Amino acid sequence: MAKKVPVQVTLNGEERAEFVESGATLLNALRGRFGDTSPKGGCHQGTCGACSVIIDGELKLSCLTLAEACDGAEIVTTAGLATNSAMHPLQRAFAEGFAAQCGFCTPGMIMAAKALLDQKPDPTREDVIEALSGNICRCTGYEPIIQAVLAAAAASPHKAA
Amino acid sequence: MIRLAKEYFADQRDDDLKQLGQAFHRSDVPGHVTGKTNYFADRSFPGMLHLKMVRSPHHHARIRSIDTSEAEKHPGVARVLTHKDVPHNVYTILILIQIGPEDEQVLAADKVRWKGEAVVAVLADSERAAQEAAAKVKVDYEVLPAVLDMEAALKPGAPIVNEYHGQNYYRYDSGACRKVRFGDVEKGFAEADHILEQTYRSSPIEQAPAETTGCIVVPEGNDRFTCYTNTQALFFSLDNTSIILQMPGHKLRFVGGTVGGGFGGKVDVTTEPIAILASKLTGRPVSFIYSREEEMQVSSPRAAETIVIKDGVMNDGRIVARYVKGYTDAGAYSRHSPYGAQKGAAHYPGPYTIENVWADTYCVYTNRTPSSAMRGFGVTIADFALEVQMDKLARLIGMDPLEFRFINAYRDGDMKAHRQPTEGAALIECMQEASKAANWPVAEKYLRMSSYKGG
Repeated sequence: MAKKVPVQVTLNGEERAEFVESGATLLNALRGRFGDTSPKGGCHQGTCGACSVIIDGELKLSCLTLAEACDGAEIVTTAGLATNSAMHPLQRAFAEGFAAQCGFCTPGMIMAAKALLDQKPDPTREDVIEALSGNICRCTGYEPIIQAVLAAAAASPHKAA
Repeated sequence: MIRLAKEYFADQRDDDLKQLGQAFHRSDVPGHVTGKTNYFADRSFPGMLHLKMVRSPHHHARIRSIDTSEAEKHPGVARVLTHKDVPHNVYTILILIQIGPEDEQVLAADKVRWKGEAVVAVLADSERAAQEAAAKVKVDYEVLPAVLDMEAALKPGAPIVNEYHGQNYYRYDSGACRKVRFGDVEKGFAEADHILEQTYRSSPIEQAPAETTGCIVVPEGNDRFTCYTNTQALFFSLDNTSIILQMPGHKLRFVGGTVGGGFGGKVDVTTEPIAILASKLTGRPVSFIYSREEEMQVSSPRAAETIVIKDGVMNDGRIVARYVKGYTDAGAYSRHSPYGAQKGAAHYPGPYTIENVWADTYCVYTNRTPSSAMRGFGVTIADFALEVQMDKLARLIGMDPLEFRFINAYRDGDMKAHRQPTEGAALIECMQEASKAANWPVAEKYLRMSSYKGG
């Protein structure tokens, strides 16, 4: 058995500490140790984007990130976006715009979209396509997802005047 | 935007289609967007073992020996399984509906028939230990000549791919192929103004779902097992597992649920029997989840097909004879392909009324990855071939391709080649709407046609 190492993170605003296997990916640690199964493992090799999370404000592939390298980091996942029972504008836009079908790529898509809107609240269609280009969806054909991100941006109170 | 075309078939239905044109949310979408939806792999259990499969590196080979001794000694390994551990090792999925013979090994015993075939299952405390131990399994192969396309498979003297069949095609009760015979196809060709014969070919297509195939099995402690799986065919999997493990169905509890994309790629029975067997023999929970590489290389794709279509057509646009030979590449094992090839036989006239039809469809074995279901298998590639053929026929006689389809469209009451009368046809009405929507005008007489007989 691999050595266990302590990892302390702020996960979706909550202080958390767990022992994880040395060498474990953040994806496996989040899912197996921290109990957050919203990031999905579609390829475990950094090509599908289903495991995308935001670490210290930056979009990262959790399947290519070592859990122990995240000690002290602030991590946001799709499971942490809703406040109380109210969905985040992106979640609402995805739901209303039929931007999710099987749902497996959805948490990663929403993270990629959030990382974009955090940096650029008023993106162009090209900005959205570029931001989602690391995330593979096999059901929707992408267009409803692009439209949902643009709709969420348009509905945002932070939108530039 | 959905428009309810109430003018069509108004006498055939109650005008109470209130839901059409309304937006309704999927019931599962709140879970999807908040990350709360449970997929099978969103579970973990204490003491869970990870299963890694040792697979054939050859398209066709005899197995001389299997040596698992080094793998068994690897730290963290709980158990190594070979064909000797599987109670009923040779199975076929559709035996449930009496489509035999059993032709596929759960774990290869004497031969491998495709590159990627499962040979040895390794179970360990971690994925990494299972992977490392799998690399220590030694299989001694004698490589055999492989058959890698259907033409080669059907040549006289070709190596036999699958001895359970005895020849490189599936033998139906109707013989070497599924047959449709309707009218007199030779008479039709003799009368035709033009004859066009074309060959269409397709490659295998991987469904590539975002979530890979897999299952997690939990022993319940009373010789009963719960299997969390993303199969698209829960009861096919349960019943085949019952046969393979020689266990009554009441000992097996299969839990399905949200599937992270399937597209037909998750209807085969590839992970559950061996994972349940592993759980039974170790007494521990077992996780068997395909890597992305396995999903792309090992899971069954849509079959490659070759379709030869010969049509006789009149200058006025009527197709008077159609002769089709369809070939479905099943790969090394049947799985669902005998059924897929059969569907093609009934489908080949397409949604057209042709008086003289002859169709033969073959399910062919090659040393390629077993193919299986994918979105409309048996008819999707047939439709590609048929509709390209329709365009070519229209061009041949200098007719507009849409008007050409109106002339040949099936209508209510027409007898189809496989002896099912046409009912509820709406092809003409769909083409009328398509003509308007696509701004592809057709002559007025086609806009006045109807699917009703005499219309």
